[in-house]
Amino acid sequence: MAKILLEMKNITKTFPGVKALDNVNLKVEEGEIHALVGENGAGKSTLMNVLSGIYPYGSYEGDIIYNGEVCKFHHIKESEEKGIVIIHQELALIPYMTIGENMFLGNERGKKAAINWDETHGLAETYMRQVGLTESSRTLIKDIGVGKQQLVEIAKALAKNAKLLILDEPTSSLNESDSQALLDLLLQFKKKGLTCIIISHKLNEVSYVADKITVIRDGSTIETLTKGVDEFTEDRIIRGMVGREISDRFPKRPGVKIGETNMEVKNWTVYHPIYSERKVVDNVSLKVRKGEVVGISGLMGAGRTELAKSIFGRSYGSKISGQLLLGGREVHLKNARDAIAHKLAYVTEDRKGDGLILSNPIKINTTLANLGAVSNHGILDKDKEYAVAVEYKEKLHTKCPTVEQNVGNLSGGNQQKVLLAKWMFADPDVLILDEPTRGIDVGAKYEIYCIINDLVAAGKSVIMISSELPEVLGMSDRIYVMNEGKIAGELTKEEATQEKIMACILKSGKGE
Amino acid sequence: MDKAKLKDGIQKYTMIIVLVCVMLFFTWGTDGKILFPQNITNLISQNAYVFVLATGMLLCILTGGNIDLSVGSVVCFVGACGGVLMEIKGVPVGVAVVLMMLLGALIGAWQAFWIAFLRIPPFITTLSGMLVFRGLSNIVLGSKTLPIKSENFVRLFGGGADCYVPDFLGGGEGLNRVALAAGIIACAIYLFVTVRGHLNRKKKGYETGNVAVMYAKAAVICAVVMAVSYKLAQHKGIPTSLVWVLIVVLIYGYITSKTTIGRHFYAVGGNEKATKLSGINTDRVYFIAYMNMGFLSALAGMLTIARMTSAQPTYGQNYEMDAIGSCFIGGASAYGGVGTVPGVIVGAVLMGIINQGMSIMGTDQNKQKVVKGLVLLAAVIFDVVSKKKSSK
Repeated sequence: MAKILLEMKNITKTFPGVKALDNVNLKVEEGEIHALVGENGAGKSTLMNVLSGIYPYGSYEGDIIYNGEVCKFHHIKESEEKGIVIIHQELALIPYMTIGENMFLGNERGKKAAINWDETHGLAETYMRQVGLTESSRTLIKDIGVGKQQLVEIAKALAKNAKLLILDEPTSSLNESDSQALLDLLLQFKKKGLTCIIISHKLNEVSYVADKITVIRDGSTIETLTKGVDEFTEDRIIRGMVGREISDRFPKRPGVKIGETNMEVKNWTVYHPIYSERKVVDNVSLKVRKGEVVGISGLMGAGRTELAKSIFGRSYGSKISGQLLLGGREVHLKNARDAIAHKLAYVTEDRKGDGLILSNPIKINTTLANLGAVSNHGILDKDKEYAVAVEYKEKLHTKCPTVEQNVGNLSGGNQQKVLLAKWMFADPDVLILDEPTRGIDVGAKYEIYCIINDLVAAGKSVIMISSELPEVLGMSDRIYVMNEGKIAGELTKEEATQEKIMACILKSGKGE
Repeated sequence: MDKAKLKDGIQKYTMIIVLVCVMLFFTWGTDGKILFPQNITNLISQNAYVFVLATGMLLCILTGGNIDLSVGSVVCFVGACGGVLMEIKGVPVGVAVVLMMLLGALIGAWQAFWIAFLRIPPFITTLSGMLVFRGLSNIVLGSKTLPIKSENFVRLFGGGADCYVPDFLGGGEGLNRVALAAGIIACAIYLFVTVRGHLNRKKKGYETGNVAVMYAKAAVICAVVMAVSYKLAQHKGIPTSLVWVLIVVLIYGYITSKTTIGRHFYAVGGNEKATKLSGINTDRVYFIAYMNMGFLSALAGMLTIARMTSAQPTYGQNYEMDAIGSCFIGGASAYGGVGTVPGVIVGAVLMGIINQGMSIMGTDQNKQKVVKGLVLLAAVIFDVVSKKKSSK
């Protein structure tokens, strides 16, 4: 048996009114990849914040034993000195600085009053090669993709001499192939003796990469599964996470009739808003019928979001050409307002960035896209607004004390429900959902799927853009595969498999 | 649970609690002089321009913590032009007033155009406006003071010695009956609206909230209104400038809390991208905020020259700071999206009381500035700290 690198004993952390962690125990062996799974709000991130000293010693009970000694971290710097490095879900990189500058931010090479830039960039590139980045370290962060940014974070951690690397949802914003590359990189580092703790919602990745899985539920450790000893399947993990069996991750929708075409896009081409010679969406044609869920699959950067936004009242791009038909008639939408008036809705991928007003209560967010329905000649009927918000809260089972609660204080899944409520209240015929379940837990995902089913059962059309293949496969009646701005393939529910989708992408990437 | 509610309540009404404490302090410090009817009247008429400007500034701040630095210069410029129109060109008062309003709106539109449609940062645009209109004021007035002799104008906008709503109810000596009557009517209307709203909600089956709290709030508001109107009645009645302030505050209070366009201001400040994708024309929201600021600056300009009975190229200096300070003390967020008209009024009153209290106590002007500066910082620190605590 290998040496225990880290042991967290009886950790209890209370916030005013809530016990976030209750007697949590975690043992991590040297050189293993240890996964922490649990629903949102189960306490995974809190536990990691305790470990890294973000919640200082004294603000929690219990002991942290690292490398044989009891640690009392007061500050994140102290844990980093010991080689415990945490990479947060939201990347902490500064877009207008170079890779090298970012990697040694707060850890500058040379003297305080005279930074040694040659050493900085030289060292940066050494570490970058280790994670497989071939860029110059003088490239600006904003010029590389999210996948590579994640790698820069890892290189940055290596530069800090990390022995125990903690990754919080490292793949949540990556596409399948980038995710795969990242996981393989972790496996490679494992061989060199690096220990990892990985927090993830993506159970297929967890079971692929992890040696042990610890399940946390409601602030307590439920169980630890070991590869080769325990059953290591996704269903087994889910059972631990939710405390019950979810027999079907994707609810069926029997008897939903697929009707006539609701929306059709023909030869849709969009150019980049700034680099106006770059085609982002290239001659795309697609259609969606009443009562149908159409999935759009593809890699990150395939142009899916750009397509959706440009359809939604030209909210993205320049030189847009092509035809948009709604209910059989061609329409020319000038802006988002126009799109909403034509019963189109676009539920954004980035709910915090451009979906919700986090500093405002649920009720204000719910009615924002359709203020006309709760007002009379521009005068708001606040009572009606309140009633509407309550109605949707109950319909979608949003968990919140009142609809006066600020959206920023809700969990990801509940925020997503508020966002859906907002667009459902706008009463659209066609809903474009962009990554509707990103970063939310299994239980909340299931509820979102049920909402989608209710929508199509009511005769609406849903276009679902998703990077998670199982979700696209499980929910869609028909699937479009996009790659490099083009439609790379169209698959029916019956013929679609993960392999076929990937094959479509690969073929179009090579061909033509 | 109750403790949390109490904490919530204290947080919500912090500035009011602070206001009460400050008033008590100055009542003690000035041996009650600050509560003399004359001083209450002065507090209102001296600060009329702050109320008006702060209300307009709130809209700008709501859009994302953006401020308008040009208001002081615009106040001065509009006042200067109005003075020239009335006193030199002999334009009738009514026409001059309309022209001044239009001029204000036009100046606002000029700045708003760059801010809203070309996205020039408001700080830069209005900094430019601050220089431009200060310079133009000097040019228009030839760097000299222009006395305003038009009595009608002065009386209408509340300057000089005799600018009160006439006591047509014939009170004679002692109490001004119009002031008292106005107070009573205001309370009656307020109570009527409160009760009707409550009954309406009940009838339609909406949630009604805590009835006791609602009526307690109404009682306190009515008590304050009655106290103020009693004080005014003891002096010379309602200053005409108060009428203008009330008009502005009521209209803008209504717009920000009860209309869709008001909602748009908050939405843009909260998350502009989300607002745009919700089908709201965000450019238009910016345009309205800054154009309106010009318009209200014009009104403040009229109040200023009427009060001073002259137009001078130095008027309006630091007015923007008074307005901005009132907004932030009154709970507007420096990041936008948060703030209310009543809050801003409380902020402005607080600033006014500190000013006046210290003046009565004979505190040196320079020390007054120090105190005001620290109060502003303290208010924002408090806001930021309390938010941090509540979010954790």
